[in-house]
This record gives sequence, C-alpha cells and structure tokens, in this order.
Amino acid sequence: MAEIIENDQLSRAQAARQTETASQLRTRRTVLAALRYLAILIVVFILVFPFAWMLLSSFKNQIDITTNRNLLQFTPTLQNYHNVFQQQNYLQYLFNSFLVALASTVLSLVLGLPAAYGIARFHANWLGVVLLTARIIPGITFLVPWYIIFGRLGLLGSYWALILSHMLVGLPFIAWVMIPFFESLPHELEESARIDGATHFGAFFRIALPLAVPGIITASIMAFIFSWNNFMFSLVLAGDDTRTLPIAIFNFLSYSSVDWGGLMAAAVVITLPVLVMTLFVQRYIVAGLTAGATKG
Amino acid sequence: MPAVIFVLLMIIFPVAYTLYLSLHEWSGSAIRPPQWVGLDNYVELLTRDQRFWDSVVRTFQFTIAAVAIELVLGLGVALLINGRFLGQGIVRTLILLPMVATPVAIAMAWLLMFEPTVGLFNGILRSLNLPPQLWLGSKDQALPSLILVDVWQWMPMMALILLAGLSTLPEEPYEAARVDGANGWQRFIYLTLPLLVPTMVTAVLLRSIDALKTFDIIYTMTRGGPGFATETINIYAYVESFEYFRLGSASSLLVVFFAIVLGISLIFVQIRRRWGIH
Repeated sequence: MAEIIENDQLSRAQAARQTETASQLRTRRTVLAALRYLAILIVVFILVFPFAWMLLSSFKNQIDITTNRNLLQFTPTLQNYHNVFQQQNYLQYLFNSFLVALASTVLSLVLGLPAAYGIARFHANWLGVVLLTARIIPGITFLVPWYIIFGRLGLLGSYWALILSHMLVGLPFIAWVMIPFFESLPHELEESARIDGATHFGAFFRIALPLAVPGIITASIMAFIFSWNNFMFSLVLAGDDTRTLPIAIFNFLSYSSVDWGGLMAAAVVITLPVLVMTLFVQRYIVAGLTAGATKG
Repeated sequence: MPAVIFVLLMIIFPVAYTLYLSLHEWSGSAIRPPQWVGLDNYVELLTRDQRFWDSVVRTFQFTIAAVAIELVLGLGVALLINGRFLGQGIVRTLILLPMVATPVAIAMAWLLMFEPTVGLFNGILRSLNLPPQLWLGSKDQALPSLILVDVWQWMPMMALILLAGLSTLPEEPYEAARVDGANGWQRFIYLTLPLLVPTMVTAVLLRSIDALKTFDIIYTMTRGGPGFATETINIYAYVESFEYFRLGSASSLLVVFFAIVLGISLIFVQIRRRWGIH
C-alpha cells in the first residue's frame, strides 16, 4: 500500500516536473519569438528610416529643419514641392527620366531578347561573353569614347545619347536574365513548331517568347529601374533640356546647398515611382536582383 | 542581328578606343590630335602617381570593409527572416527599398542626416551630451561614413541572396543532426555555414564587383573629398576625364581599373571552381 502511494507521489512529481519543463519550454519559445520579432522590427526600422526622414523633411520649412528640435512637431508645408515643380522645371526632368527609361528599356528588349535567344539556342558564345563582360567593366570606361563619339555626331546632350548609354546597362542585364531562361525551355517545342513549317523567327515569336513572359517582366522592370536611377552616364551626356532627375537633384545640391526642404522634396519625387513599383511587383524584383546569384 | 551592331559600336569599339587613347596624350581638342606616347601614361601612373595609389588603397578599404560587414549582417538578417512569420510579405518587400531607390536620392537623405549643424546624427550625439562630429567633412570619418551608407544600401542584397541559398539547403543533414542531439548553434556552425559557402562566395563576388565601382553615393556626397579622403579609383578616373580632360592618362587609368576588377572576378571564379561549384 505504502509502495503504491509512494509510486503515485513519484509519478505525480514527475508529471509536475514535466509540465514545468513544458511550460518553461513554452515561455522560452515565446520569448525567443518575441526577440525575433523585435530584431526584425529593428532591422526594418533602420532600413526604412532614411526614407521616412526624407519624406518628413520634405514637408518641413527651412526653419523647422534647421532648428532641429522636434522630429515630428512641425507645421507641414507643401512649399518645397511647389518650389521644385514651379521654379525648378521638374516636370520637364520627370518627363525626361520617363522617356529615357522607357525608350532604353524597350530598345534593350527589342535587341536583347533575340540576342539572348540566339545565344541560348545557337551558342553564339562570343556575344554572350561580351555582354557579360560589359556587366563587369566599370561604366566609366565607356564614357570617354562615347563622349567623343557623341560629340562628333552632334548627339551630345540629346535623348539618343542618354538612351543608347542606358542601354549598356539594360541590354546586358536582359541577356543575363534571359539566356538561362531560354536555355531552360524545352527544345522539343520549337523543334515541333519548325517541323510544322515555322521559321526560326516564327518559333521564337510564337513559342519561346510567350513562354518567357515572367523572365521578360523581371528583366524589363530591372532595366527600367537601372535607367531611372542612372547617374554617371547622364551626368556626362545629358544637356540642359534632356537632364534626368538624378542630375537635376545633383545640380540642385550644388546651386543651393542650404535648401534642404527642396532637396528632400526633389528626392521624394524621384524615389516615389520606384518605391510604388516595388510594392506591386516585389516578386519580380527579387527575381531580378538575385538573377545569376542563386544559380551559382 | 542589330544587337551585334550595338555591341560592336557601344561596347567593343569604346573599349578598343580607350586602349588606343591610353597610349596617347590628348586633351580632347579638335585642333591638336592625340599624340603617341607609347606606354608613358602607364609608367607615369604606376610609378609616379601617388594620388592613383592612394585611390587604389581607398577603393580596397571601402570594398573590403563594406562587403565584409554586409556579409555578416546580411547572414544575420537572412537567418532572421528565414522561415514563416507574421508580416513576412511586407518585411521582404521593405528590405528591397534601399536597393531599388535612386542612389542620388538616398545620398541626399544621408547627406542631411550627416550634416554637422542641422543633421540627425549630431542631434542624437548632442542629446546624449556627446561631442558632435564632422562626419563627411572629416578626413578620418568621411570614408567610414560612406561605408555606412553602402552597408545600409546593400546589406539587404546579401540577405536576399543568402535567403535564397538557405531555402535550397537539403533537409536530411538537419534531421540527422537533430537525432544526434546537436543544438541550434552547432547546427548553424557545422551545417548551415559550410553548406552556405558557395552562395556566400557568389554573393561576395557580385557585391565586390559593384562595390569596387561605387560612384553615385561617393561623388554626390563628397566628390572624393575632403581633400582626396574619399577619392576611389572610379572618382579619380572621372575627375581626370571630365574635370581635367587628360584623356590619355585617364584612359590608362581606366584600363588598369578594368584589369583590377577583372582580376578580382577571376580570383573569385577560381575559388568557386576550387569549391566545385559551377
């Protein structure tokens, strides 16, 4: 009898210990999960903060920025945006940026897609090597010759100079994304199309291209963003009327280094389209940014 | 194919022309054509140009520091956001922002935060009763400040690539390790890290090539200054070409720069081969 009671007590004690460790484990897990969320929050805060700072400052007048006392207490003003668009001709620069980014992306696709297809299918390897090396060569290497060539052709400061130079980034990138994509498409589809009487071009347009749409979207978005963000090429090749937004902002800085509110408003104007785009096409941008990296 | 024409005109010809110019002396003048000087530009650059060598050292300091910090932090962030959690979609979108945002705009925001009198950083220092700093205005702090911006901008890229690498890791070794009683730290040291090495090599290669060529944030934030304190090879090449118009010596500088970038890429490719990755 005593034994049984003892046993019973023992197992109860065991059970108690077990539930204790189980609940301890649960608290430990909860704490860990909470810490993880805290860490994630801190990371996100640090990454987003400069944008928030930019946006806040763009609504502050010069006094609120320079007194620097309150981060959030200020009377919001749209004056900075008014200045940027009314006095600084930013609508023109905005238009220039869109035009150049759009044209260089479209032209890069028109040239790049058949090239990538050709490289993938017919092993035009030298072209592939050149295009991939172009990604490694420092962009400034091209600038001196272009500057001279465009100067000779009277194209310096024209949209064409900007579009062609931005294609140097867009075209190799499109090839970089699309060559593996076309290589991964099964040969048989195009072969059966060829047997049915399609030309190489027909097989490309009707079979390969439609199947490659996800890759094309990724490549176009990235090419557009690269052009939109491009600074160095435009700095040298743009003229007064063809100036893109990054150059306009840079000049803004050199002329009036004191007008922080205006500068931040200009920075918001150029950043906003890319950020909004990112929110909608996040998946494709991840694919674009990691293209080539994950395949090893 | 039109792509071939583009490649010939916009890529191959300019590279050939740069090689040609690097053997000449020319200020871009139409009246006075390029003068043949043989290898003089290279000799001058490599043996007598202290400013060039300083810029090489700075470029490597910038690249190594930035990429190393990005690798460590990026790995941490990748592990942190690997696996499911509430709000995962929005977090993975937000970490993209520093990479896709226009560098010039980012530079402006950081410029305001670094600003010694009205900037945020000195505001924080003052409220903590610490002495304010010059940041970009100081010869010693300018390069580290730029490295900070680069880390902020590109750490997410590391995290993104490593995250993709993490998701391809096989499950079996982890199950075996768990059966053997390995704890989380041991699994990280003996499994995750070694398995992730190929991805890390690739990520470091991609980041290094871009970091060596960093132009936008440096030129817009410091223009290579104060003095030459943040003048990297790329900035020096730009100044030689488009501020001094010494096109011959600038071209030789560009050829050397390209050789450096290419050399580093090839070293990484060799490392990848050694590790048996293709």
